[in-house]
Amino acid sequence: MIAEGGLAALWLAAALAALQLILAAVGIAKARDDIMAAVRPVAIVQGLLTTLAMGLLITVFVRSDMSVLLVAENSHSAKPLLYKFAGAWGNHEGSMLLWVTILGLAGGAIAIFEDRLQKPTLIATLGAQAAIALGFYAFLLFSSNPFARLTPAAPDGAGLNPLLQDPGLAFHPPTLYIGYVGISVAFSFAVGALVTRDVGPAFARAMRPWVLAAWIFLTLGITAGSYWAYYELGWGGWWFWDPVENASLMPWLAATALLHSVSVLATRDGLRAWTIMLAVVAFSMSMVGTFLVRSGILTSVHAFAVDPERGSFILALLAIYIGGALALFGARVGTVRQGNAFELVSREGALVLNNLLLSVILGIVLIGTLYPIVAAAMGTQLSVGPPFFDKTAGPVALVLVAFMGAGPLLRWRRDEGSLLISRMTAPIAAACFAWAALFITTGGIAILPMLGIGLAAGLAVASVAPLWKRNLRRTPLFTWGMVIAHLGIAVSLAGMASDSAFTKETLVAARVGEPHKVGPYTVVLDGISPVIGSNWSALQAQLTVRRGEGAAFKLHPQSRFFSSPPTVTSESAIATRLDGQLYTVLGAPDGAGRWQLRLWWKPFVTLIWLGGALIALGGALSLFGRVRRERKTVLREAYA
Amino acid sequence: MKAKHQRLTLALLAVVAIAGASGLALSALKDQAAFFYAPSDVAKAGPPLGHAVRLGGMVEKGSIRRKPDGVSIDFVVTDGAARVPVSFSGITPDLFKEASGVVAEGNFNADGSFTASNLLAKHDERYMPPQVSGNMHETKTLEQ
Repeated sequence: MIAEGGLAALWLAAALAALQLILAAVGIAKARDDIMAAVRPVAIVQGLLTTLAMGLLITVFVRSDMSVLLVAENSHSAKPLLYKFAGAWGNHEGSMLLWVTILGLAGGAIAIFEDRLQKPTLIATLGAQAAIALGFYAFLLFSSNPFARLTPAAPDGAGLNPLLQDPGLAFHPPTLYIGYVGISVAFSFAVGALVTRDVGPAFARAMRPWVLAAWIFLTLGITAGSYWAYYELGWGGWWFWDPVENASLMPWLAATALLHSVSVLATRDGLRAWTIMLAVVAFSMSMVGTFLVRSGILTSVHAFAVDPERGSFILALLAIYIGGALALFGARVGTVRQGNAFELVSREGALVLNNLLLSVILGIVLIGTLYPIVAAAMGTQLSVGPPFFDKTAGPVALVLVAFMGAGPLLRWRRDEGSLLISRMTAPIAAACFAWAALFITTGGIAILPMLGIGLAAGLAVASVAPLWKRNLRRTPLFTWGMVIAHLGIAVSLAGMASDSAFTKETLVAARVGEPHKVGPYTVVLDGISPVIGSNWSALQAQLTVRRGEGAAFKLHPQSRFFSSPPTVTSESAIATRLDGQLYTVLGAPDGAGRWQLRLWWKPFVTLIWLGGALIALGGALSLFGRVRRERKTVLREAYA
Repeated sequence: MKAKHQRLTLALLAVVAIAGASGLALSALKDQAAFFYAPSDVAKAGPPLGHAVRLGGMVEKGSIRRKPDGVSIDFVVTDGAARVPVSFSGITPDLFKEASGVVAEGNFNADGSFTASNLLAKHDERYMPPQVSGNMHETKTLEQ
């Protein structure tokens, strides 16, 4: 009965979404306050019903109800509870239900909390949200029903893919989805503002927290996903330019651009049409991402099973939403008034440059990701790999980093070029110092990592420069946010450059007792022993590791066997030190008493994810600071 | 600067940036895109030499041989119509096994063999590279 209840809740929520869209459309068209007033409660109930459906799906997973097809296909009664829980979204149908649940909750939150928008704009926004949700309800109910029954019930489930049985991955999809859905909310705001011709600073201030929140979650999701791929796949890399990775990178790039342009709109009332356009683009990218991941159209190491029908369904949704939004944009952009003017050398100018460069990177990634599909349609089998992206997006990203140091040091509206140069002295000196130090200590490394480390040093100094000579306790929280987020980029960049320049790698067939060197470490294989886990068994290597003359410590990389489904995974063992990570992987035996061992010494590689965490923290401070200030303003106006 | 001039400058900048990006992307696509080959493509047109490519197909049953150094293997990639011998040094991915799909990245040698620097298998056990299943399909139709 639980599954039927879930399905019923889903149908009711879909019906309410349709009602929400109709009420909003009629209310705005006829300017009827009473009809518009009905939209908010409908949005709240719709959010509650989707949450109920998701809750019921989690229940059947936790209870291992094998008469539900999805549970039988993706779960197993012997699985740890955490993965039964997370298994609810570790598959296609469940993850799409999670998508609409977050969308429904976001709609409810807007209906309850949003008090800065003009009422018709808010109602139009909720209408746009209902339109997006309707498409996904249709997708779930007509082509991917998560509550479908299996008769007769399976004796036991097929099990969750062991690679997904990792705490990091259990919470990775919800994080990314909150990001995707946050962007769709920003898109709904843009559509709402276009419908009621209300594009201005007030609208930008209302939209900004949503963009910020979405961006924070996307940043966290990408960072966590990158670290998961790094330690779980045992390949020692942190970014593969896989289409599925690109699917989350593209919305992130667009959201980053949007975040900066919405600031110009909120603070200086500039870049009106451009901001709306970016909101449309960012949402398109999150839809393109969903399409790429769900359709199985690309060869990817991540994609779920190939299903052309679902692919064409999402493609149709994509065409309707993006086409509709672009049509609305085309019809209404003429009525968006010209915003305030500014000089090219100014904070606004720097933000425009930031937007241009981010758009260029986005374009390159999009071309590289979609080109194979176009080529396949024309009869050429082709795949675009890391060399393409490194050669194209890499240099543009470095140019972006070079300029992003200068932006925060410029004044709004107009500034003097000569003053900027004097403010940039310290960052440029830091970069030159880093290059000189690198050249002397290493005798020269490859050009891109060399540029990367120098630019990271310069950017780090430039990032904290806005705090110079300021009263730190009176500095607003969002300024701190900007400083920390920019610093995070510098930290990440330093980690990436250091990893690509200084990583040491050895691949050996090790005998017990034989020492092997990697970087500053000596690794000895002491033996191999069997280990039993909750739903797996493993061969575990005992490695004794010593750095120079220092104290020895142990590492235990494993090769795990899962019986349902039958799979082998390798669990890397990583030793984290202040100056980097020692990364060990156990491979196969050669039958003659030797075991494959892959050892990496990766200096400062952890900076990559530390930087990602700093970027997200900066976003969070900024969000908190903005919301607090707005509340204060609202209170002051209330008492005035 | 007048607003009109400024907009013109910005538009020009945008055009230059986009043209530059497309130029960069297209030129890189020309020489950097790792082309995807199936064994029968190689049998028809000869091995593409001098740049990194991807070779996709199934690992032939019984073809995996371990070499004495303990870290290298030889195997054969096939798509039903043709075979390519591949050599690889390293830890094979978890889902790498006989009679299942694989994508090898690396270079062709003049004798038609392939040296892989990287092997890709899938997260999902139901996976078969779309290109490979497409080629198998084509081959079957030709045989019938």
